[in-house]
Amino acid sequence: MAGLMGRATTVMKAKFSKLLDKSEDPNETLDYSYEQQLVLLQNVKRGVADVVTSKKRLQLQTSQFEQSLVKLETQAREALSAGREDLARAALERKTAVQSQLRGLDEQVQGLEAQQQKLITSERQLSAKIEAFRSEKEVIKAQYSAAEAQVRIGEAATGIGEQMADTGLAIERVRNKTEDMQARAGAMDELIASGTLEDFTSDKTQLDRELEQLSSQSQVDSELARLKGELGAGPERKELEQ
Amino acid sequence: MIVRLMGEGQFLVDDACLVRLDKLDDSAMEALDRDDEGELDACLDEMWSLVRERGTQLADADLSPSDLIIPPSDLTLEETRALFSEQGLIPDLPTETEPG
Repeated sequence: MAGLMGRATTVMKAKFSKLLDKSEDPNETLDYSYEQQLVLLQNVKRGVADVVTSKKRLQLQTSQFEQSLVKLETQAREALSAGREDLARAALERKTAVQSQLRGLDEQVQGLEAQQQKLITSERQLSAKIEAFRSEKEVIKAQYSAAEAQVRIGEAATGIGEQMADTGLAIERVRNKTEDMQARAGAMDELIASGTLEDFTSDKTQLDRELEQLSSQSQVDSELARLKGELGAGPERKELEQ
Repeated sequence: MIVRLMGEGQFLVDDACLVRLDKLDDSAMEALDRDDEGELDACLDEMWSLVRERGTQLADADLSPSDLIIPPSDLTLEETRALFSEQGLIPDLPTETEPG
């Protein structure tokens, strides 16, 4: 078979035959292979944990962005009712930017979710095969001569070796994906820190400050008006007192 | 024949199914040679659906090796090529027991 399937099969088998050549003692080969299987099972479990961690980080960012959307909408309203269309526009522009960030995050979370499911399937299959291999290994050790054992090992080991190669690839792909994602999140942090991007989720943005100023200004204005009103009743008195 | 869908599992398929897989496999190979990722993915997707629909999934604990292995369609052209290269996309198996 010269097509894709044939090539894939050859590569997968070659990966595992390397291991089988390592020892001439069948019992050693069996035990060594079993150890490797257990290491790989640990790796895949760690892979699942890593995906869950990355996913939580993204979900946290998502909920921060969602809060930020609500806040920006409110700010836009406040700015408009204060007659500051420029500020309202700024808030809505930021809202649009946050919305596009959110869409990106959603896609990333879905991607991670799919990877997680694949890893879990792979872990389940590997785990079942390791258990079957463990029983087979004891049968081979107990019942067969060295020469016969080599043949039996070849069969059992090729089957599980293929699964190990498959699981190994799944772990590798997830690792690349999460590393990529962390690098991007890190780069975003740096941009925020350097002030290139304003941190939408920080407690005080420039917009906050301007709106605060606006509201304190209008408070001052109304206080001023109140005082003027009071004073307007008797300015003469003031002069008298002096 | 036993077919492995990489990342999904192993399936038992009949001869009629195999003939169809073989044809799709040839088209997939041609698409890879032409750098036609769309066509390659379409072929792979069709192979996957065929195996899923017509095949019977083996038990997780089955230790039988597969006769054929079908790569997933969500790899890039480069990744698919790397899958068949000397270094391979498939990582080497762990050789030492890590502490912990």
